[in-house]
Amino acid sequence: MLMLTDVLVLAAILFCISVAGIFINRKNVIILLMCIELMLLSVNMNFIAFSHFHGDIRGQVFVFFILTVAAAESAIGLAILVVLFRKRKTINVADLDTLKG
Amino acid sequence: MNIFDNMEAIYLAIVLAPLTGAIIAGLFGRIVGRNGAHWVTIAGVGIASILSLIAYKHHVFDGAAAYNGAVYTWLSVGNIHFEVGFLVDRLSVTMMVVVTFVSWMIHIYTIGYMHDDLGYQRFFSYMSLFTFFMLMLVMSNNFVQLFFGWEGVGLVSYLLIGFWFKRDKAVFAGLKAFLVNRVGDFGFLLGIAAILMYFNTLDYAEVFQQAPALSTATIEIVAGHDWSLMSFICICLFIGAMGKSAQVPLHVWLPDSMEGPTPISALIHAATMVTAGIFMVARMSPMFELSETALSFVMVIGAVTAISMGLVGLVQNDIKRVIAYSTLSQLGYMTVALGASAYAAAMFHLVTHAFFKALLFLCAGAVIIAMHHEQDMRKMGGLYRYMPITWFTCLIGSLALIGFPGTSGFFSKDAIIEAVYHSNLPVAGFAYYAVLAGVFITALYSFRLFFLTFHGKERLNKHTWEHLHEAPKVITVPLVILAIPSLLAGIFLIGPMLFDGYFMQAIHVASTHDVLAEMGKDYHGVFSFTLHAFKSAPVYLTLAGVVTAWVLYIKFPYMPAILEKRFSLLHKILINKYGFDDFYQVVFARGSREIGRFLWRFGDVRLIDGFFVNGTALTIRWFSSVVRTIQSGYLYDYAFAMILGLLFLLGIFVHGILN
Repeated sequence: MLMLTDVLVLAAILFCISVAGIFINRKNVIILLMCIELMLLSVNMNFIAFSHFHGDIRGQVFVFFILTVAAAESAIGLAILVVLFRKRKTINVADLDTLKG
Repeated sequence: MNIFDNMEAIYLAIVLAPLTGAIIAGLFGRIVGRNGAHWVTIAGVGIASILSLIAYKHHVFDGAAAYNGAVYTWLSVGNIHFEVGFLVDRLSVTMMVVVTFVSWMIHIYTIGYMHDDLGYQRFFSYMSLFTFFMLMLVMSNNFVQLFFGWEGVGLVSYLLIGFWFKRDKAVFAGLKAFLVNRVGDFGFLLGIAAILMYFNTLDYAEVFQQAPALSTATIEIVAGHDWSLMSFICICLFIGAMGKSAQVPLHVWLPDSMEGPTPISALIHAATMVTAGIFMVARMSPMFELSETALSFVMVIGAVTAISMGLVGLVQNDIKRVIAYSTLSQLGYMTVALGASAYAAAMFHLVTHAFFKALLFLCAGAVIIAMHHEQDMRKMGGLYRYMPITWFTCLIGSLALIGFPGTSGFFSKDAIIEAVYHSNLPVAGFAYYAVLAGVFITALYSFRLFFLTFHGKERLNKHTWEHLHEAPKVITVPLVILAIPSLLAGIFLIGPMLFDGYFMQAIHVASTHDVLAEMGKDYHGVFSFTLHAFKSAPVYLTLAGVVTAWVLYIKFPYMPAILEKRFSLLHKILINKYGFDDFYQVVFARGSREIGRFLWRFGDVRLIDGFFVNGTALTIRWFSSVVRTIQSGYLYDYAFAMILGLLFLLGIFVHGILN
């Protein structure tokens, strides 16, 4: 029988993978965006798990909102990426160091 | 209605008339124009002069009581009131008449002297302003106003010495006068501060009333040494007088002040401002009488000034400088008289000196104009043929200066010498021989000037000779007007001023010091005084001086050069003015510049700029360059830092829950 803890562990694993992806990834900004998406999904997983096991529908409503926002956010992120590529001719993370002091 | 009913209004008018003239000529000089400027200032000083004469009549002939009253309270601190007030008694009214009268004459003279000067209005404005400050000084009834007038005349003196501000020498001389006077004023201010501290008031009358009670009080400046309070105060005040009245060693500014226009040399640096110190000491007589130490100090300084400055006058070639050194020497005489407690004699000499020295300066000015601003006496000679009026008035001035029997200077100077002779201060012996020797020297340098300028071979260059002419009326008239009191003032003033209690309560002399009363016993009128003089040394010393001058500069004109070679060391010392100037230049002027340079190089550039200002910036730059290395600019580094931070905070949070 699937327990609440199992689902939470899965979500935590997914979250850790996405965090690791953010700072281990040195190649591609697209992977960065994917990692952020994955992070949000792992949070969604938590919401659904709690909603299901506590019998409260509000958690699932939240998931819808988050998915919508995540979609909008990745659309903006990709748009920025296109502009960035036009400007810098690269999406290599290692090349984006203008913040350096 | 009697005009004497409202004396306060008259006193106010005396002070404010010159000020009004100065303001109109100074601020609206462009509007009123050259003629307007001289008319308005001459009118202002003229009003002051006539009103002063009225006040003089009121006090001296009608015997009115001294006026002492406050006009305006400037500010009050606790029980101390700073007031503008007038103390008009016979002492101040005498000064008022001298100041306004001489100033008036010199205003008129200036029309001729400054004729083509660009700063015409400015000059008249300054002169009237000076008259205002000088009147504030002499009419004051408290120390604050005295100090106000004191500094005011110093300021105008500075402005007028540097009147031709495009000449480097004039600017230098002005600055020198200002700085040297600051030294004196520092002492003066300390004296006033000590008075405020112990008397708790700044009003003359109250201070003089309390003074005898404090005559044995002591003051501890240096730990372990108790000084007499009165001696301390009096010497401090006298240091102020030394600055203003140019006594050794603060005399160095006066000869240099001759860089200013000649009317100024006559008005400020001979007749009036430099006598402010003498007047001040006479005014403070109730305090000076309480301290023999201070009186001895005054007498020594005066005697040293009288003789040493006269000697320097012997070797000067600039006509104005000779008269300047003569002024120093005569101020020394007045100071000696103060030291001998013969305040009345000092004031008497002050009055006669004001007339004949102003006259001499104005004569020198007339000569300088005629010579096209040539001041070197070696290039003059034989001028009496071309300038008879100047020659004659200058002769009267010189005779008065050397104390030729019958002239005003004779009475005042003889009275001083006599007073010193009768004085019983321990230093009086030295002072007596100093002033006696001074008589010979005075006669020698005065007639050296007179002979070199007006007699002997004509040493002028051709160009000047062609333009040589007697000065215009506007110059000769003041000369003649000043020549009259130079000649006659002594005869009329000696009896009343010295022996008949002329100054009444204005001057206080302790009975043990009263040398004038001693002299009064032998005084039987002007005539016998004059006759008596022929039995004493000064007259013969005077004649010897004149004869020596005649021998050296008319009979054997090659003699001075021989003497110069013979006594080259002495000559060198005198030419260098005993080295005071060089000493001050090296020690104080250069010393303070070196201190300034050190403070600039080390204090300012290195400590403040280098260490504090730039140092702060440099430290921050260094620190940020270290911190900057962790800013890689890569997104994943920042993300990693965020995660670490998050973990850290989470750790604290969990730790809190578990405990």
